Amino acid sequence: MSFINYASREINCKIVYYGPGLGGKTTNLQYIYERTNPQNKGQLISLATETDRTLFFDFLPLDLGSVRGFRTRFHLYTVPGQVFYDASRKLILKGVDGVIFVADSQEARMDANLESLDNLKHNLRENGFDLAALPYAAQFNKRDLPGAVAYDVMHRALNFKGEPTFEAVAPKGVGVFETLKAVAKQVLHELARK
Amino acid sequence: MTMLGPNLVMYEEEFDRINSVLGRLWMDANAKIVFLVDKNGQQIAAKGDLEKVDATSLASLTAGNVAATDGLARLIGEKEFSILFHEGERDNIHISIVAQRLILVVIFDERSSLGLVRLRVRKAAAEVEEVLNQMVSKAAEQGEAPVSPFAEITDEDIDALFTE
Repeated sequence: MSFINYASREINCKIVYYGPGLGGKTTNLQYIYERTNPQNKGQLISLATETDRTLFFDFLPLDLGSVRGFRTRFHLYTVPGQVFYDASRKLILKGVDGVIFVADSQEARMDANLESLDNLKHNLRENGFDLAALPYAAQFNKRDLPGAVAYDVMHRALNFKGEPTFEAVAPKGVGVFETLKAVAKQVLHELARK
Repeated sequence: MTMLGPNLVMYEEEFDRINSVLGRLWMDANAKIVFLVDKNGQQIAAKGDLEKVDATSLASLTAGNVAATDGLARLIGEKEFSILFHEGERDNIHISIVAQRLILVVIFDERSSLGLVRLRVRKAAAEVEEVLNQMVSKAAEQGEAPVSPFAEITDEDIDALFTE
């Protein structure tokens, strides 16, 4: 749910990174944080366990400059990927404007990818959203690992609606901004339609 | 249904009124900072010593906090916990839900007291709710939402955002 403030001429949009545990959602945010000019970003907040697993969410406010005289801010969130944090995931999807699904390319994680995608659809529905109608992009992460599942195979398994899909190596930044941009674009176009 | 439809749109008039409500609350409650966020973590307005805090993070964490507490409430069969209070060594945070969709946050220290804050928040919350109701009826009168400033956005506009 974007928030347009005509008085201060700014617009805030919420983008959520979703996907199975240890898939690289937080790493995406960390890379974006590192590569963004200090004046364009806020603090990266991570509510994580002592072992750096996301407990509730990571949050990064990003200021992308002006569009048509409105300051455009994206609030990036990640969800905790671990299965048992489902209640928290549901909360974070509230008011979402766009979703990025970060899939893990390792063979052993294919089931987890599918389960997480189903979980995303389910939790969106519970929040009154339909993935089919929501700005959405997919990212196949960890492409550099030996034995990564072939792109085509992953695409067949995980493609939901012909969404833009990117191959990524998040710690090196490969595909990170491309994925974000693909969703941001859809979110802004969606605003234009309203 | 949300009270304001899918997108909350605030105009100058309501923004000014909300700001003056917060300004009064800030003074009357002897608070350090007063701010209003929506339940999704978007800051709507704020008043006080804002240079000393990261307001964006404050807004997002407040919303996360309220969302988690709402989840807890439902688990035990409550609709919501309408007030949350965090007590620190120096500073305290008083959080209350307004009209089920906004969050009013007051940060205060020993120059004020929980009793005073609660009292003043109650009045301010009613006023904020009134402004919100006005926005709802205005939106209903106008029927169609105003034309989005992004109605004619182009791919070039968007690409420009991403060139550093």
